Amino acid sequence: MHLSSLLDIAADALGDRVAVAACAGGDGGDLTYTELSERTAALSRHLAAAGAERLVAVDVNSEAVPIGLFGAARATIPYVPVNYRLADAQLRAILERAAPGLAVVEASVPPRLGGAIDGLSLISRDDFLVADGPAAPAGDGDPEDPAVLLFTSGTTGEPKAAVLRHRHLTSYVLETVEFMGADPDDAALVSVPPYHIAGIAAVLSSVWSGRRLVYLPQFSAEAWVDLAAAQAVTHAMVVPTMLGRILEVLVERDEQLPALRHLSYGGGRMPMALVERALEQLPHVGLVNAYGLTETSSTIAVLGPEDHREAIASSDPHVRHRLGSVGRPLPILSVEIRDHNGAPVDAGTHGEIWVKGDQVSGEYLGRAAALSADGWLATNDGGWLDQEGFLFVEGRLDDVIVRGGENLSPGEIEEVLLLHPAVADAAVIGVPDEEWGEAVAAVVVLVDAGHADAAGLDQAALDVVDEAALRAWVAERLRSTRAPGRIEFRLELPYSETGKLLRRVLKAELAGPTPSPTS
Amino acid sequence: MDLKPGSRWASQVCSTEVVVVRTSTKPVTLECGGHPMAPVGGDGGADLTLDPAFAEGSLIGKRFADPDSGLELLVTKAGEGSLAVDGISIPLKEAKPLPSSD
Repeated sequence: MHLSSLLDIAADALGDRVAVAACAGGDGGDLTYTELSERTAALSRHLAAAGAERLVAVDVNSEAVPIGLFGAARATIPYVPVNYRLADAQLRAILERAAPGLAVVEASVPPRLGGAIDGLSLISRDDFLVADGPAAPAGDGDPEDPAVLLFTSGTTGEPKAAVLRHRHLTSYVLETVEFMGADPDDAALVSVPPYHIAGIAAVLSSVWSGRRLVYLPQFSAEAWVDLAAAQAVTHAMVVPTMLGRILEVLVERDEQLPALRHLSYGGGRMPMALVERALEQLPHVGLVNAYGLTETSSTIAVLGPEDHREAIASSDPHVRHRLGSVGRPLPILSVEIRDHNGAPVDAGTHGEIWVKGDQVSGEYLGRAAALSADGWLATNDGGWLDQEGFLFVEGRLDDVIVRGGENLSPGEIEEVLLLHPAVADAAVIGVPDEEWGEAVAAVVVLVDAGHADAAGLDQAALDVVDEAALRAWVAERLRSTRAPGRIEFRLELPYSETGKLLRRVLKAELAGPTPSPTS
Repeated sequence: MDLKPGSRWASQVCSTEVVVVRTSTKPVTLECGGHPMAPVGGDGGADLTLDPAFAEGSLIGKRFADPDSGLELLVTKAGEGSLAVDGISIPLKEAKPLPSSD
């Protein structure tokens, strides 16, 4: 299917229902499904008249996101949302690759570019929202056409532009979202940025199910809570760093968000303590952990509300441990764990996560396809499946620590550190080591006094947690080679705005002058 | 009929429209109201009438699955005709919650 068909069908069925709520700070009103459809048709006429080959967006969240996504689809050109927070030089470099086309830009962007970019014309958001042209684009869209180009976060190396075709995105929507499944008052709050695959998936899922999209231009926990309450938001997706801050604001304000029913999180590893806190603090909300990649059109595995409740209520450590899993793969996909030769391994064995299915693109602009001949994508994520098919993700294989020839997974060590009641967050990285090549180092955030009280922990017990105690804790549960030789304590860990732990930042910091050896 | 996933089909005798969620494992003819369906946006049907044997109606948002061919459809526009594959009515798919994450 084509994204424009998806909107046509929704607009036919839902007509006068509100598709996009009036944005905070914007001057437009609510947009109904019919109006959204008409607005995107007008934009497609403008894009056709301008001869645009791509629609680039360098902007915060607003109604311009769904209008741009579907308007580009109607004009049969790709939508290319770009991270407006990049440093000026990086932004320019990405836009040079995103050209040729028309770019809708936030007001602060043009002066940052240091001059015109070959092949790229700019349009302000205000002009963009009323853009029209004389004639509809010629020709029908093909499901094979690229719908969205997304630059991956490039935590290592130069960002790659993932190509998501109409058939990838619509397959995901048809298979995971109930058409018109929403109640008339359902509203989805979108605070993930538009250049994140979750921001794209949110638009498509919301339109197909018949929800009202509510946009938060830029995330702050206070603004998120304000908007969720004011719009009686029922559905939202957040990254782990957002959730922690939201829960704090809810406590400060004694706010429960009674309308909220469905809160999904993903985009990075969620500390289990935070999940437990969310379950306790928001008992009326179904929590959903979603795991996916840009290259897979978003979610490929889901830990649903019932899975969360079952895990938290269980006294069986295996069941309880699933709170740290990403749930089961979507039934329409195949997921396998494979060894370094590409051979599938048994449940319980660690390896690389491979995935195959109609929503899996695995394609990058200007590069050879990453899919195998029989359609499998190697995700470069390490992980394992338990006996019941729950998937555990351990992080990028690039982050694997090679200590004296032994491969150590940071995720596995982090999980064990996080089980310690005094540990609020933990990152494990490899640091250069003369003897072993690489050594295990950990950066740990301890539970603070306020949370310790709330969790019924004895502050005196926390005070005695030191490097040696944590090292022993890991050595007891894994083995001594996995125990961090060096542990640093911090007040917080560095995360990207989309919730990814910035290991390279920690690596750079810890690669500096080392204190005297500790073991 | 090329019943590709995501392809859209319209009844020739009523307002029913469907989208293919899963394609069939063998060549089949998809019908509504007793007559073959046509691609959405194609030419209007010939002078056909609704067959009373296939007039139970199709409800919007419902999924239908043919156990024999594996063909799965979603009704995107309601109509008076009912869906069939090669002359045999296809049953409503058992409602199972979809694994939505957003």
